[in-house]
Amino acid sequence: MTDAHAHDSSQYYIPHHSAWPILGSFTLFTVMWGAVFYLNDWLGPWVFIPGAVLLAALFFLWFGTVIDENQRGIYNLQVDRSFRMGMMWFIFSEVMFFGAFFGALFYARVLSVPWLGGSGVKVFTNYILWPHFEGTWPSNGPAHVGGRDGSFSVMNPLGIPALNTAILLTSGFTVTMAHHALRAGRRTPLAIWLALTFLLGFTFVGFQAHEYGEAYREMGLRLTTGIYGSTFFMLTGFHGLHVTIGAIMLTVIWLRVMRGHFTPQRHFAFEAVAWYWHFV
Amino acid sequence: MAEPHAHAAAHPDHDHKPHGWRRWVFATNHKDIGTMYLVLSGTMFFIGGIAAICIRAELFQPGLQFFDPQFFNSLTTMHGLIMIFGAIMPAFVGLANWMVPMQVGAPDMALPRLNNFSFWILPFAFTLLISSFFVPGGAPAGGWTMYPPLILQTGAAFPMLIFSVHLMGMSSILGAINVVVTIMNMRAPGMTLLRMPLFVWSWLITAYLLIAVMPVLAGAVTMLLTDHFFGTTFFTAAGGGDPVMFQHIFWFFGHPEVYIMILPAFGIISEVIPTFSRKPLFGYEAMVYAVASIAFLSFIVWAHHMFTVGMPLAAQLFFMLSTMLIAIPTGVKVFNWTATMWKGSLSFEPPMLFALAFLFLFTIGGFSGLMLAMVPADYQYQDTYFVVAHFHYVLVTGALFGIMSGVYYWLPKWTGHMYDLKLGTWHFWLSAIFVNVLFFPQHFLGLAGMPRRIPDYAVQFTDWNMVSSIGAFGFGLSQLMFPYLIIKCIRAGKPAGARPWEGAHGLEWELPSPPPFHSWTTPPSDALIARGAAH
Amino acid sequence: MTIRETLARLALTAATGALTLPASAEESGWAQLNMPQGVTDISRKIYALHMEIFWVCVAIGVVVFGAMIWSLIAFRKSKGAVADTTMVHNTQVEVVWTIVPVIILVAMAVPAARTLVEIEDTTKTELNIKVTGFQWGWEYEYLDAGVTYYSHLDRASDAARELGSRIDPDSVPHYLLNVDRPLVVPNGTKVRLLITGADVIHSWWVKDLGIKKDAIPGFINEAWFKVDDNFTGMLRGNCAELCGRDHGFMPIVVDVRSKADFDTWLKSTAAEQKQAAAPIPPAAPPAAATAAAAASG
Ligand code: HEA
Ligand code: HEA
Ligand code: CUA
Ligand SMILES: [Cu+2]
Repeated sequence: MTDAHAHDSSQYYIPHHSAWPILGSFTLFTVMWGAVFYLNDWLGPWVFIPGAVLLAALFFLWFGTVIDENQRGIYNLQVDRSFRMGMMWFIFSEVMFFGAFFGALFYARVLSVPWLGGSGVKVFTNYILWPHFEGTWPSNGPAHVGGRDGSFSVMNPLGIPALNTAILLTSGFTVTMAHHALRAGRRTPLAIWLALTFLLGFTFVGFQAHEYGEAYREMGLRLTTGIYGSTFFMLTGFHGLHVTIGAIMLTVIWLRVMRGHFTPQRHFAFEAVAWYWHFV
Repeated sequence: MAEPHAHAAAHPDHDHKPHGWRRWVFATNHKDIGTMYLVLSGTMFFIGGIAAICIRAELFQPGLQFFDPQFFNSLTTMHGLIMIFGAIMPAFVGLANWMVPMQVGAPDMALPRLNNFSFWILPFAFTLLISSFFVPGGAPAGGWTMYPPLILQTGAAFPMLIFSVHLMGMSSILGAINVVVTIMNMRAPGMTLLRMPLFVWSWLITAYLLIAVMPVLAGAVTMLLTDHFFGTTFFTAAGGGDPVMFQHIFWFFGHPEVYIMILPAFGIISEVIPTFSRKPLFGYEAMVYAVASIAFLSFIVWAHHMFTVGMPLAAQLFFMLSTMLIAIPTGVKVFNWTATMWKGSLSFEPPMLFALAFLFLFTIGGFSGLMLAMVPADYQYQDTYFVVAHFHYVLVTGALFGIMSGVYYWLPKWTGHMYDLKLGTWHFWLSAIFVNVLFFPQHFLGLAGMPRRIPDYAVQFTDWNMVSSIGAFGFGLSQLMFPYLIIKCIRAGKPAGARPWEGAHGLEWELPSPPPFHSWTTPPSDALIARGAAH
Repeated sequence: MTIRETLARLALTAATGALTLPASAEESGWAQLNMPQGVTDISRKIYALHMEIFWVCVAIGVVVFGAMIWSLIAFRKSKGAVADTTMVHNTQVEVVWTIVPVIILVAMAVPAARTLVEIEDTTKTELNIKVTGFQWGWEYEYLDAGVTYYSHLDRASDAARELGSRIDPDSVPHYLLNVDRPLVVPNGTKVRLLITGADVIHSWWVKDLGIKKDAIPGFINEAWFKVDDNFTGMLRGNCAELCGRDHGFMPIVVDVRSKADFDTWLKSTAAEQKQAAAPIPPAAPPAAATAAAAASG
């Protein structure tokens, strides 16, 4: 990767003018406007929802084109490599996005909550503004924001969360098995392992939904439950969202496998999704 | 694994290009997309500039003459956002689109459709941002730094701000990915990493910075959004959060961001100075390492924007020292540029003039930056016009002059026409003089105690504000020459040869001017590459 | 004042090198161009540091710009200069111009660090004042004396600053740098400020004290100063963190008195505030209305 691979540029595929990019950005724009309208309650969700549907549809069509071109075999290995690199760096950017929220979690646990409890340079913060607040984690802050009249209990990590972690790890294993099967050109096991993977994915999402329900109903643990609720739900929420997306992509890949797509040598989309899956 | 693909059917109609509006809207060609980026950037520069002119008009005299303070704050905020995300960054992406494929010997960018997608997100993003002027509560007025809790007081414009920032972020990330992949995967055989022109190098590193920090900004503004609408308390002490937490996350993005806005300019300068000194760049490898270490350091200096928030002593000391370190690699670059001119054979066409102004004025901006890094002194400078002077020296006479130098350098290549050199020289001298009239006095204002982001000031600041405003009008008006010159060049310039600057090296000059629709349909020969990489 | 006057004065400045201003007598010409030395030990140390860095940068500038200008003059094509294309790098010089800056930087960092350590030492303070920034003004609370009051932009400036008020700012004494009730402090005393914000982030900045500290809602930052024993008088500053519509209109005035005068003042005010039926009505400051407007707007 560090030095250019020999290639014949005349074989390099440059798509000629395409409508997908502009349509894509326009629908994206509609979604964003929709969200603005929604949040400012101007028109309610009635711009947002159509926008979102169009956006989703559009990306299916766009990728459809790409898949079709790929099936027609007009991509050479260089294009394939470009796609891989692109996907890797995209995943890296996703990692950094999560990084922001982990940073927030770290800051709250290690700095702001102890400070409010009067540790380090912020003695007077506690003494004058928040007397009798000990900055211990988990916390919903000196004003005991949100939750069941200010109190809340935290998820028991040994319950469903542990199970869910196990599920994800297994699914990481199954998708690797699928990959081996694909490389060995054994289609049936491929299909089975893959199906197993996305089923596990959706199970995970199901369990998480159930967990959230409990948190809200019984435990007084909500998005609004101070910094603990904020960091907990934003991190697990975005994670769940990514798992969902990943599972959907796996399903699409599975359908393509059923259609007989992918060769033992050439299966960028498969690998991309597999990487993505390992990342979630 | 590089087994050439069996039926890699090259597209038949390879060099035919679509015509009319389709050519632009459906574009997949790196030059067309590059042009669109540059046009957008120019437009945004003028819009942001008009905001700046309004600011300077209000500050011409003490007392409020034109605007309500709230609206003034909106002007400042929008000026900052539009100039950074609308003028400077798209200009660099546009230049990358035009030049990187040519300079590495590729036919186009690696992911052409994605390329067009990243571009078209931007006009929509700015429509969203700018239309926030017309919603109840007016445009965002919390400063481009968007600090909570103040920014949470924004009216209906709030979600528009957040989502436009999200869009700009997406666009930059996708654009950066495209640049990285192009450089890593599309180089012609024989174009080894250490043969790449410095513009390509600095863009490669800039792209990494973008991919690393734009998502962090997205995360930060997402937290603002949920704090505002969904009751999270990331930035509220009562809930265990901290307003300062936002500043840490923001500046973790924000400081690399400022280098994102200067590194490509460094690259341009490193192309222009050797050309017009008719002498290879001095210390090529040192330059590469310098850029790399600046990029690395930029991740560990962020809190130098926050010395007054009451951080623990150790933190303040750490960020002071790490910040000062950046002077060293930057110094290496300045010295190498100087050494490149030393014993050269210099001539002073517009690109060189702007590069020289960059050399002097960016260094001045760097010096003031270094002064700002001294924590005790920064307690006096912070949030005054001294800071405003600092960052305009690095941004206007740094980033912007770098861009202008680049445009003057490559314009003949793009259009195939030579522009009016005399007019360009005039544009340079007017800009260079007025920009100093505009920003130098702001050092005095800051030291004398004038805070930034204020619509009205105590009378003892009147004199230098008047001078600064006069400079602003002069500088602004001189910029009108730039589009005029470019249009004149496209319309009626005399034909320019493939290599209009005798001292110019690099693959782009081996192509005819204007270059073919798909730059290098067959990879350049090793001889050509060697001739280009003359160091 | 008209542009002509200003330009005339600036021309004169160029000649004499000192500006003289009608409105603010105590502003000497130099105060127009540089940081004030201030009235505390720390503020003078900061000033000294500022000048040191400044001259270091000037020195480096002379060398670097000198080299640049020299090459611009000596190596022009028009003067028939021929490029020495063999000069592509030279390890010795490159090492030198990496090491030398390091040394310079260390030389700058040491005094900076020393001053900083001193600034951060808030022990042995004799008087504690809680400072709360709000949209848009300051609240001062003398913790040990039970004295509390608000401080806003003074009426005269407030009238003159209205959009299209035909009042000439020059006619207003200390335009935008005057308040209805200044913060009163004794000289020769180590005073600690406990700074916080009520609504958004503000920043308490008085340059003559060498203090700028952010006022962050929900947190308290400490800062301290010790005014020279013999100094008495008014010190003026501003809010230094964008805090909304009237950020530019919440000045700070510190009234420095002798220890004795200060004590009498504190006693009398304490007495007043006690006998005033209710302690001090936390009457929403006039600004609060506009604050609400900004918030809801
Ligand atoms: C292109 C953008 C750019 C660049 C390149 C820089 C470069 C630097 N900046 Fe700047 N900065 C900004 C854009 C930029 N900055 C912006 C936009 C803000 C304000 C944000 C806001 O609040 O709105 C800001 C604010 C800012 C602050 C915060 C001020 C405050 O709010 O209190 C600080 C503090 O340390 C700082 C420091 C520096 C330093 C040390 C450098 C260094 O990289 C400079 C290095 C260069 C040199 C030193 C000169 C050349 C070197 C030599 C000739 C070698 C010899 C020199 C020595 C040994 C001294 N900058
Ligand atoms: C990145 C680039 C960038 C650029 C290029 C500029 C360019 C300019 N900026 Fe910049 N500025 C910032 C980035 C930039 N700025 C940032 C980040 C801030 C901080 C914002 C904040 O505090 O949140 C800021 C803040 C800022 C302030 C402080 C505002 C405040 O604190 O309240 C001021 C005040 O003088 C100012 C002035 C100018 C001027 C006069 C120009 C000029 O160079 C502009 C010249 C261009 C034109 C004028 C347009 C072209 C000409 C025409 C359209 C013709 C019509 C012109 C006339 C009739 C004269 N800017
Ligand atoms: Cu208070 Cu600015
Ligand atoms: Cu910075």
